[in-house]
Amino acid sequence: MSTTTIAPATSPGGMDLTGQKLSLTTLAAIGAGAVVATVLLYVVAPIDSKIQFVLIAGALYLIGQSVASGMVEGARKAVDRFVTTLVYLAFLLALIPLVAVLASVIAKGAQRVSYDFLTTSMRNIGARDAGGGIYHALVGTLEQIALASLFAVPFSMLVAIYLVEYGRGRISRTISFFVDVLTGLPSVIAGLFILSFYLLALNQNPSGFAGALALTILMIPIVVRSTEEMLKLVPNELREASYALGVARWRTILKIVVPTALPGIVTGVMLAVARVAGETAPLLLTIFGNDAINFNPFSGPQSALPLYIYSQAGAPQQVAVDRAWAAALTLIVLVMLLSAIARVAARFARVR
Amino acid sequence: MSSESDGQGAGSPRGNGPPALKKPVSGSAHARVSPADLIFKNVTRAAGIGLLVLIAAIAAFLVIEATSALQANTGNFFTTTEWFPNASPPVFGIAALLFGTVLTAVIAMIIAVPVAVGIALFITVYAPRRLATPLAFIVDLLAAVPSVVFGLWGLIVLVPRMNGLQQWLTDYFGWIPLFSTDDGLVGRSIFVASIVLAIMILPIVAAISREIFLQVPNPHKEAALALGATRWEMIRTAVLPYGKPGVISASMLGLGRAMGETIAVALVLPASFNISWHILSPAGNTIAANVANGFSEANPIGRGALIASGLVLFIVTMLVNIMARAVIARRREFSGAT
Repeated sequence: MSTTTIAPATSPGGMDLTGQKLSLTTLAAIGAGAVVATVLLYVVAPIDSKIQFVLIAGALYLIGQSVASGMVEGARKAVDRFVTTLVYLAFLLALIPLVAVLASVIAKGAQRVSYDFLTTSMRNIGARDAGGGIYHALVGTLEQIALASLFAVPFSMLVAIYLVEYGRGRISRTISFFVDVLTGLPSVIAGLFILSFYLLALNQNPSGFAGALALTILMIPIVVRSTEEMLKLVPNELREASYALGVARWRTILKIVVPTALPGIVTGVMLAVARVAGETAPLLLTIFGNDAINFNPFSGPQSALPLYIYSQAGAPQQVAVDRAWAAALTLIVLVMLLSAIARVAARFARVR
Repeated sequence: MSSESDGQGAGSPRGNGPPALKKPVSGSAHARVSPADLIFKNVTRAAGIGLLVLIAAIAAFLVIEATSALQANTGNFFTTTEWFPNASPPVFGIAALLFGTVLTAVIAMIIAVPVAVGIALFITVYAPRRLATPLAFIVDLLAAVPSVVFGLWGLIVLVPRMNGLQQWLTDYFGWIPLFSTDDGLVGRSIFVASIVLAIMILPIVAAISREIFLQVPNPHKEAALALGATRWEMIRTAVLPYGKPGVISASMLGLGRAMGETIAVALVLPASFNISWHILSPAGNTIAANVANGFSEANPIGRGALIASGLVLFIVTMLVNIMARAVIARRREFSGAT
C-alpha cells in the first residue's frame, strides 16, 4: 500500500547517461507511507510494543523502496538500495537493545539507589522487607576483583613476555593458540573447576578467595592478549639501543620494554577487570553468597554485586526486584567507570 | 639452549615481534647467555606452560569430581532426559540439557549473525570514516553490560513484551511444528532466551567480522568499483568472499559464547527437562543454566552430576572454539581481540 505513493514521481525517462534516480522526496514519501500503513495495521490488529511498530514500519519501507527503485532505477540499483537500507536497519536494530537495557536499568534503578542503599547490608532483612542495601556485595566484589587482579596480572604478563620476547617455535604457538581458546571458556566452567579443585578436592570452604580464583582464570586470557599486543607495539629500536649499551636481555625487558608498554597494559587490565566484575556464574559456585558483611575474603562466604542481582531478581516480591534493578545500576556504573578509566589510561599511552 | 630461540626470527609467524638477538659469529653462543637471562627466560616459559597445565587441570578435575556421581547414576547419562541426581537412587542424563543448549545457541546465532554482519558492513563500508570508531564503540558497549543485567532485563522487561509477538506467531504460523505450542501458552520460552543470547553475542560477532572486513585489500574493492559495480556488488564480489572464513569463525565463537552463557538463560528459562521443538512454549533448559539453578539444592551426588554436565559443556565449547580459532589462525596478523 505504501508503494502507490511513488507513482507520480516516476516520469518517462530519456536516454541520459546517469539514468533515472529516485529523488529524496520520493524516498520520504515511501517512508511516510510505511509509517501510515503501520499505523493502520496498528488500528486493525493492535501491537503492544513500540519496538514492533518500528520494525514493521522499517520492513514496509524496505519493501516499498525496493519496488519503487526496481521500477525506476532497474534491478541492480534496487538490490543495492535494498542492501543499503538493510545494513542501516541492522545497525539501528543493535541500538534498540542497548538503549532499552540502559533505559530500563537507569529508570528502575534510580528510584531505589540512595546513600542508604549503598551503605547497608541485607542482614536480618527478608525478601519481603523493603529496606536493605548492597554494602556487603560491594565490599565482596571489590575484594574479589582486587584479589583476582593480584593473581592474574603478574602471571599473564609473564606469559605475554614469553610469547612476545622469547617465544619461537611450537610451544609458543601452542600457548598462543590456547590463550585464544581460553577466551571462549564459559565462565560457569571456571566456577565448576574451582568447585572441583579447590572446594571439593582440596576440601576448602567457600570464600571470596575461591571466587577470586575463578575470576583469575577468566582474566588471564584477556590480560595476556592485551599485554601481548602492547609489547608488540614497543619499537625494536628501544630494545636494540639497550642491547647496544650492554644491558642484559632480561633487564632490557623489565626496565625498558615493559615500562614503555605500561599504560597500554594498564588499559588492558582495567578492561579485563570491568569484564569479570559482572560475572555471576563462577561466583555462585564458589562464594555462596552472604547477607551480612564479611570483610575477610579468606574465610566464610561472601556476597558480590552480580550474585546479589541474581538472587534478588529470582525472588517473586516486587521489593526484591527493585533492589535488583538498583544493584544492576550500581554494577553498570562500576563497570563503565572502570572502562572509562581504562580509556583515559589509553589516552596517556598515545602521548608517548 | 638459546640457539633454538634465536635462529628463525624473520620467518616466524609473529612478524611484528622483535627479531631475536643475533649472537656474535665468533665464539660460542652459549657462553654469552648470563645465568640471570636464562632464569628469567625459563620463568616466563614456565608461566606459559603453566597456562597449558591449567587447561589440562580444568579437564582433569572435572573428570575426577564427576566420576562418583556418574557411577551412582542409574540412568544412561547420554540418553536420559530426566535430572534427579539428588534422589536415591539418582537418575540423570544430559540429553534434554544438551538439546536445549544447542537449540538456544543455534537460534541465537541465526538471529545474531546476519545483524552482526550488517553492523560490520555498516561500520566498514557505509559509515563515514570519521564516525566508524565511535559507532563501533557504541556496539562494543553492549559487551560491557554484565550478563546478569541482561537476564534481569530479559525476565522483567522483555518476556512480557514478547508475549504479543509469540502469541501472534503461534496463532498464524502454529502449523509449522517449530511455532506450535503445547497448550496454547507462550512465555519464558527458548525463543525469548535465544533473543537475549543473540543480543549478548552480537558485539563479539560484529567486532570480529568488522576486523576481517577492514583487512580486505583496498585494490580489490577499488577494482570492483572501477568496473562499474554498485556498492552491494562490490561487497558481494570483494568483501564477502575475502571475509567469509572470518565471519564463519566469528559465528562459531558466538555459538560457543551462547552455549556457555549461564545467568541470563537461568533467569529467563523456567528450567524444565524435556526435549521439545516448540520454541515458543514456556519450557527448556541449558547445561549452564541448570548448573546455576540446581547448585544450591544439590547434595554431593547432585554436585557431581552438575560437574559431569559441565564437563560435557567444556568439551563441546572447547571443540567449537578450537575449530573457530583454527580458521582464524590461518590469518596470523589478525589479533582476535575480545
